[in-house]
Amino acid sequence: MPPLIHARGLTKRFGDFTAVAGIDFDVQPGEAFGFLGPNGAGKSSTMRMIGCVSPPSGGTLRILDKDPVRDGSQIRARLGVVPQADTLDNELTVHENLFVYGRYFGLSRKEVRAKAAELLEFVQLSDRGNAKVEALSGGMKRRVTIARSLVNDPDVLLLDEPTTGLDPQARHLVWDRLFRLKQRGATLVLTTHYMDEAEQLCDRLVIMNNGKIAEEGHPLELIRRLSTREVVELRFGGEPPDVDAGAFNGQVARIEVLPERLLLYTDDGDALVPVAHEKLHPQSVLVRRSTLEDVFLRLTGRTLID
Amino acid sequence: MAYSLRAYEYWLIVYKRIFRGTITSSILNPVIYLAAMGVGLGKVVNHGAHPLGVPYLDFVAPGLLAAVAMQVACIESAFPIRGAVVWNKNYEAMLATPLRTRDLLFGHLLYVATRAAMVTGIYLLIITLFGVVHSTLSLLSIPVGVLLALSFAGFVSSVAILAEKDPFNPLFRFVITPLFLFSGTFFPVTRLPHVLRELAYATPLWNAVDFVRGATLGTLTWQRAVVHVAYFAVVIAAGIVVAAWAYRKKLVW
Repeated sequence: MPPLIHARGLTKRFGDFTAVAGIDFDVQPGEAFGFLGPNGAGKSSTMRMIGCVSPPSGGTLRILDKDPVRDGSQIRARLGVVPQADTLDNELTVHENLFVYGRYFGLSRKEVRAKAAELLEFVQLSDRGNAKVEALSGGMKRRVTIARSLVNDPDVLLLDEPTTGLDPQARHLVWDRLFRLKQRGATLVLTTHYMDEAEQLCDRLVIMNNGKIAEEGHPLELIRRLSTREVVELRFGGEPPDVDAGAFNGQVARIEVLPERLLLYTDDGDALVPVAHEKLHPQSVLVRRSTLEDVFLRLTGRTLID
Repeated sequence: MAYSLRAYEYWLIVYKRIFRGTITSSILNPVIYLAAMGVGLGKVVNHGAHPLGVPYLDFVAPGLLAAVAMQVACIESAFPIRGAVVWNKNYEAMLATPLRTRDLLFGHLLYVATRAAMVTGIYLLIITLFGVVHSTLSLLSIPVGVLLALSFAGFVSSVAILAEKDPFNPLFRFVITPLFLFSGTFFPVTRLPHVLRELAYATPLWNAVDFVRGATLGTLTWQRAVVHVAYFAVVIAAGIVVAAWAYRKKLVW
């Protein structure tokens, strides 16, 4: 079976600025594939190209075995898109939003009415069908947008930062719905700058930085390969002291210096804590497992959310 | 074409919400204007005789009919399009579906045509009740109102799409209102000084006013009608070319 999305050397330039600098990836049917990276990494530009609304500046891009420039309309008929900012029509009701969107895909009035009812139930908004979108909370609007993206039973669902700006409860509700879609065998492609989101939802992800793919793999596999098992976080009142990993007799694989913090990468955090106390006199100490954030720090020297 | 109809349906669904309000004003607006202009101002202008050859109400009513088609086209192309592209980004949502920029453009033009047909239809009915329609040719004022509306829709949409800042104050104050006043709506353009007169002949509104006035008074010749329609064809085509470019420039990047 050919990949649903196939990219080689995919590039997007805006004038002199290169937003996406030649990336390769494939998305297989049934997979949940993530683009992880900070703002400005090129995630959204990539998503817009996959969504067939932005023509690539170079490289190869095939979606559903079609050409996104020539067959954009045909491809879009089989995609579901959850854009970064909600593009719902605030003047219309929730139901009208779904109705008119279904009509864009050529569904009959009868089909789209049935579909809208089913989808509102899926996103747990059945009782809000006649409410104006304007009156909904941010989390509810997101759920309407997700419902809207499913109106055509898409082969691939594209989600650009699906939970950015939502409160924790709303995020969990969205994740829960996306997880169900995944269990039903839907193919998801999402961007995020939240590690927990990527870890929860993605079977495979690429880490993007400055328009390039820095690493690719399963979240846990990436952590295992590119970070240590644990991290000892030392917090200081001001500038952290200057220290080298070599000073810890092989206990520390690597050190990251952040404002007021040092991250010591180690396989045994508890064993390292007394040593760190003695040598560095931090204000506080925290031992935790490595996350994708640590992988990201190692690859780019920056935190994800900055 | 089928895709344009889907975009057209969007505008109809949005319009359904404001339908009542617009119908009321579409009826009240002509009644008020005709009462003030024709009956009030007309008394002064006519002054016992008919310097324009016909009673002033008969002269001004077709002019107002044409002008209202222009107004509705400009309003429907200004704020809703600015909203769809800049404020609410409905067009972005629509472009994530099988619809293409040209479908959005033609869907909206169909909607503007529909609105123009509605307002000119209502206007025609009302001026008929005022007794100023003298020929069944006047039925042609509805399609002419549509042509006039389409002449503006493409250009005004382009401004709404491309302008950096909210462009509507200057647009309405310095373009639409002068057109409304100086395109033969209220007085014959032959009364204008030489250069302004030539300029007025070049405006879409004058072409429509002249056509509609000829139609309601029954003085329209087919040669004149053909020239006006050919004029509209050129202006509408130019508007579509410009708007198609504006849509692509702003929405495809």
